[in-house]
Amino acid sequence: MDSNLRREIILDNYQHPLHKGLVEEEGYQKIRTNNSSCIDDLMIMVKVEEGKIKDIRFDGEACAISTSATSIMIRNFIGKTYEEAKALLESYEAMIDEKPYDKELLGELNVYDEIYKQPNRKKCALLPFRAIHQILEDKSLFNK
Amino acid sequence: MNREDFPIFKQDLIYFDNGATTMKPQCVIDSMTDYYSNYTANAHRGDYDNSMKVDVLYEGVRGKVRKLIDAKDASEVVFTKGTTESLNLVVFGFMKNELKEGDEVLLTKSEHASNLLPWMELEKEIGIVIKYIPLTEDNEVTIPNVLSTITDRTKVISLAQVTNVIGDVRPMKEIGEICSQRGIYFVVDGAQSVPHRKVSVQEMNADFLAFSGHKMLGPTGVGVLWGKKELLERTKPLCYGGGMNTSFESTGDFELKEVPTKFDAGTPAIAEVIGLGRAIDYLEEIGLDKIESYEQELKNYLLARLKEVPKIQIYNEKTASSIVAFNIEGVFSQDTAVYLNHYHICVRAGNHCAKILKEQLGVKNTCRISLYLYNTKEEIDELIRVLKDAEHIFDIVL
Ligand SMILES: Cc1ncc(COP(=O)(O)O)c(C=O)c1O
Repeated sequence: MDSNLRREIILDNYQHPLHKGLVEEEGYQKIRTNNSSCIDDLMIMVKVEEGKIKDIRFDGEACAISTSATSIMIRNFIGKTYEEAKALLESYEAMIDEKPYDKELLGELNVYDEIYKQPNRKKCALLPFRAIHQILEDKSLFNK
Repeated sequence: MNREDFPIFKQDLIYFDNGATTMKPQCVIDSMTDYYSNYTANAHRGDYDNSMKVDVLYEGVRGKVRKLIDAKDASEVVFTKGTTESLNLVVFGFMKNELKEGDEVLLTKSEHASNLLPWMELEKEIGIVIKYIPLTEDNEVTIPNVLSTITDRTKVISLAQVTNVIGDVRPMKEIGEICSQRGIYFVVDGAQSVPHRKVSVQEMNADFLAFSGHKMLGPTGVGVLWGKKELLERTKPLCYGGGMNTSFESTGDFELKEVPTKFDAGTPAIAEVIGLGRAIDYLEEIGLDKIESYEQELKNYLLARLKEVPKIQIYNEKTASSIVAFNIEGVFSQDTAVYLNHYHICVRAGNHCAKILKEQLGVKNTCRISLYLYNTKEEIDELIRVLKDAEHIFDIVL
């Protein structure tokens, strides 16, 4: 990906993140993602309905990488089934870990394909995805 | 000041994170190497030359500490791993046996985790009650606020003399007086004060003082708990083993050595204690008054120059120590730190282990610059140059 475009997407998602602000509504799983080695601290809420991720929202203070990754994650995971979300998550984590991954599947999430060059920031790019992990741990959520 | 004494500055490095830890002068490094190269032996154990030499040097450092903090007696100086262990020793070795359910301990929301978590744990264990002295708008502790928080049940006030986030300097002498009039124990966290200014435990009327070697040009792994003799005598060691007992029987009876040796179970950090002693000598050769006034001059220069930079918010302009907390508008503190790192400038981003301060400051995270004697105006100039260029910050950090 062209580095200017990459930067533009990240910055845009950092400065104008999607779905920032939590809501007081039933049916959401709340997940706090923070990291002992890092000061990012995000609260993420996910709603699963009719076998799909229906909504994701977040709030908190975090760096440009974590915040933009949260926003882009939200953009790309809403509407996904269990299997789709799982495949997307696995591919994303493989990319961050410099393992083979499905570039086409990741789409916009490819903006972090060079984060391995700053190893201490990998955790920032991975942080919000813990919320997806947690949701996928309970497959029964998708069977309701 | 004395920058050439610090071998690390042969590198291209601007180090502004002295609140976290400090660089070591060659003489401190040499003093430890000397122990390892020329007279390694255990302390308190042998009748041969090297062991006796170690004993004299190790015990001698208690005397250096005594003089540094103006204590009455060298036997009141206990070596620990650092401030954290010192405060834990106060809380679990002394307070746990002295305090009862419902007794109140006064802290503030800008204390370091190591002056909060031990108390919170004790609250769970024996039901003491933690109360926070309200801070002013500038996050400072005032005497009226101390007085209005004290009740008949107040048994302890435990405060940092200088806080690590905003660097405010507390009116310790007055608080110490209030404590001694009312029979309240006064515990002082000196981690950020002892390295930077003259501290007198007698003038402060303190009962305990904790500080760390590594924040005052000394090695990691060593720190000090000073306590009044009669209080240390009532303090139970947290660690038991060799070197701290006079005798023991298979029936389970044993007798502890006197203060301070009863706190020296096992082989202590001998090289580190010797290194700490050398660091104290070094600081005193320069003079703590001189260090304090030099830091003050640097800080004023830093503040004046920071104001030239657009979009900089400073959180603690009025505080008296050499710590400055700031943010660039619209930039998360960690991104600023990563950006500065690109120019080999080390600052700290975060909440600086004072996680509950956010309730007070309204911002969770800041960039912190904490100065020390080897920093220079030229380094500040370079920082300002880089900060003025910060509109390109995301070209660097992304
Ligand atoms: C005010 C204060 N108290 C306690 C500590 C803990 O010191 P140490 O980590 O050396 O035990 C620090 C260190 O950052 C500090 O700044």
